[in-house]
Amino acid sequence: MINKDTTFMGYRRANGRVGVRNHVIILPVDDISNAACEAVANNIKGTMALPHPYGRLQFGADLDLHFRTLIGTGCNPNVAAVIVIGIEEGWTKKIVDGIAASGKPVMGYSIEMHGDHETIMNASRGARELVQAASEIQREECNIAELWVSTKCGESDTTSGCGANPTVGNAFDKLYEMGNTLCFGETTELTGGEQIVAARCRTPEIREQFMTVFNRYQEVIDRHKTSDLSDSQPTKGNIAGGLTTIEEKALGNIQKIGKKCLVDGVLDKAETPTGPGLWFMDSSSAAAEMVTLCAASGYAVHFFPTGQGNVVGNPIVPVIKICANPRTVRTMGEHVDVDTSGLLQRDLNMDGAGDKLLEMMMRTANGRLTAAEALGHREFVLTRLYESA
Amino acid sequence: MIHFVVHEEGDSVGTVVVEGIKTGQNLTGWIMEQDKMVSLPTLSDIPIGHKIALVDLKKDDTVIKYGVDIGKVIHPIKGGEHLHVHNVKTKRW
Repeated sequence: MINKDTTFMGYRRANGRVGVRNHVIILPVDDISNAACEAVANNIKGTMALPHPYGRLQFGADLDLHFRTLIGTGCNPNVAAVIVIGIEEGWTKKIVDGIAASGKPVMGYSIEMHGDHETIMNASRGARELVQAASEIQREECNIAELWVSTKCGESDTTSGCGANPTVGNAFDKLYEMGNTLCFGETTELTGGEQIVAARCRTPEIREQFMTVFNRYQEVIDRHKTSDLSDSQPTKGNIAGGLTTIEEKALGNIQKIGKKCLVDGVLDKAETPTGPGLWFMDSSSAAAEMVTLCAASGYAVHFFPTGQGNVVGNPIVPVIKICANPRTVRTMGEHVDVDTSGLLQRDLNMDGAGDKLLEMMMRTANGRLTAAEALGHREFVLTRLYESA
Repeated sequence: MIHFVVHEEGDSVGTVVVEGIKTGQNLTGWIMEQDKMVSLPTLSDIPIGHKIALVDLKKDDTVIKYGVDIGKVIHPIKGGEHLHVHNVKTKRW
């Protein structure tokens, strides 16, 4: 039984934040630096490249988000050290400086004037030093409240709303009372339940911030939609699975925030929370995008309830899969960490399910590889706001 | 064997959680929040994941699930019937 005195063995970083993994990452600033990053990760065992398709000719808020996401990924407490490689010096330095501000070891290299060969050689030297130093870092005892947990659901069906999502809600209620830092999002899929989330906001200011973010998304929909969304939300797949209205879908989604949590603040995409409590992050409902944003914001563990079987993972954050659909557990069991299908047959009650998830959270924090980690799912997907210049 | 689950007392619908439900079967339901059992004969074939009406509903009645309004009735429904897009619609659009 988890309580406020429960501890786990974590990695305490220079800025005091605690992680549950000890990754050394080779981070490209832009798409054309992917090749060099992959070569370094191949040379130096125990490092991991995070290739991605963007980082050139972006501008404005979209560029700010790009920097915030890359810097945040480097600053995440599950990361021990970072090598940054970019095509040119200026943006490479910006990211290195952003990560260095967290007190973490970080080195940067730019390809222009040097070429791939020289860059790979120099960055490999740096990566070797970093990974050997990281390999000597020891876990230490940390209080459970120091674990930051985010959540997003995916490939949902009606078992999500009755089973897997309320399991997360039950766990979140318990973590909230212990003073953890939590996060939920998926702005789009609250449609139909936004008043419920608004009512859970702690202050009128937070409520207003939330509604502003929510309405901004509604405007995007209104600008781009071509029909009444009856094929898009709920989707044909949702309807075939039994979901009837957008409100029902949103209500199933909102089960993840339990009954007791209040919404203590609103975050922009990849923004870091400034205190404990439950934070709402304006974010995509696309699985890999949102988990990437949560990781960039600093969350160390992710709860991912699924109905039909979403297989997503993340390179630096362990993604714990919870499923209450017995058919999914039977046909895709290798992807499931916490089987709560017993909930729908009354072999398990909601408190029991929540405790089962918290127990898996502790095992994951202490080192157990999640299914997604063991299966090699390392989806690193950057959110874009609009086209490049 | 539990055939359907209800999120909480007061909900107008339950969700079928097993396959093969056919008209005329006497179903066992579990109200999860209050941990109570109920039973109800079904008046329709209902696929897994789909909903069953727990009470009679008239046109324009509000459908309650999770203790809140999830839509309105567009054709009358008897308790025990399949409840879905053919008889319930969102109030939003």
